[in-house]
Amino acid sequence: MIRHHLTDSLLMAYSAGQLPEAHNLAVATHVSLCDECRARMESFDTLGGAVIDSVEGVGLSDDSLAATLARIRDAAPPAQRAPRKRGVFPGPLQDYVGGDLDAVRWRSIGGGVQQAILPTTKQASARLLRIPGGTAVPDHGHRGLELTLVLQGAFSDEDGHFGRGDIEIADQQVNHTPTAEPGEDCICLAVTDAPLRFNSLIPRLLQPFVRI
Amino acid sequence: MLAIANQQDEAAFAALFAHFAPRIKGFLMKSGAPAAQAEDCAQDVMATVWRKAAMFDPTRANVSTWIFTIARNRRIDLLRRERRPEPEDLPWGPEPERDQADAMVLQQETDRLGEALSALPREQRDLIEQAYFGDLSHGEIAQITGLPLGTIKSRIRLAITKLRQAMT
Repeated sequence: MIRHHLTDSLLMAYSAGQLPEAHNLAVATHVSLCDECRARMESFDTLGGAVIDSVEGVGLSDDSLAATLARIRDAAPPAQRAPRKRGVFPGPLQDYVGGDLDAVRWRSIGGGVQQAILPTTKQASARLLRIPGGTAVPDHGHRGLELTLVLQGAFSDEDGHFGRGDIEIADQQVNHTPTAEPGEDCICLAVTDAPLRFNSLIPRLLQPFVRI
Repeated sequence: MLAIANQQDEAAFAALFAHFAPRIKGFLMKSGAPAAQAEDCAQDVMATVWRKAAMFDPTRANVSTWIFTIARNRRIDLLRRERRPEPEDLPWGPEPERDQADAMVLQQETDRLGEALSALPREQRDLIEQAYFGDLSHGEIAQITGLPLGTIKSRIRLAITKLRQAMT
């Protein structure tokens, strides 16, 4: 049961194609798990369709249809996407990891916490975090818009309990201290506009080296 | 769309092309693409429509919606040169048994949404269009939500629920 959802503005910005790639990844991954947000996303797509319908058409070159039919005839058959295994990670995340949880190449960032940075454009960054049950995520403030999506286990903080599929949306005002709940490791997809800023001294010193 | 998917009907495709290709070109030019690139891209989008016609599900989206998503993804590819993560597809039911009545109600709701959009005061309509042309940031979009989405969301929700039930 997902309790923490995406906002309308994030869903509309995703539908309109206005988010950085890293945020798109978090939205697409959440929507893969959440039918409620899928329905809202598709309703924003419908609005996009209405906008296309109302756009004034621009004349095409005379041979445009013929050229398109030629493209259709000449096109190679579409490449079959490798079937994905159902796992901890929904499809869009598996595409970025190159597999499910067992394919992640973790790096320790201290305090028992591990991370893996995912390849996206530099405008924003996406990483997986693995936090042992009962461990606090290092205290951090935010720059810009941060999305944290739980994929396994759970964490809780001042805003409540977050389990699989729940997404926390934090902006720069929030200074929170999430703690992984006892039990299995908590695995999250964390997306930030800018690098995280840790409040305690040592992690801050490490920051340039571990790319947090 | 069904004629294209089932019979590779070129006449049906030509009709669809005449309606949508100029609009896609207009949409891409409003999004900042030069005319020649927008034309090339519109052809590409329509070729994708042909290729993926069998995947179109009229109970979950109408044709404009579906073509919008293809055109938007091509725009991101073209103007930003980056990948676009898409949600997992919902698996098909046991048979692609698409309920005509559902598709019709969705079409009516979609038409109503289009009417609501054109009935908005000019200023508000411009803002929504700008969002979809790619002129507004996420922060600016946050100022304009509370949109006239009517009952479209609940129709789509119903379609998704039906699909989920058919799967189990």
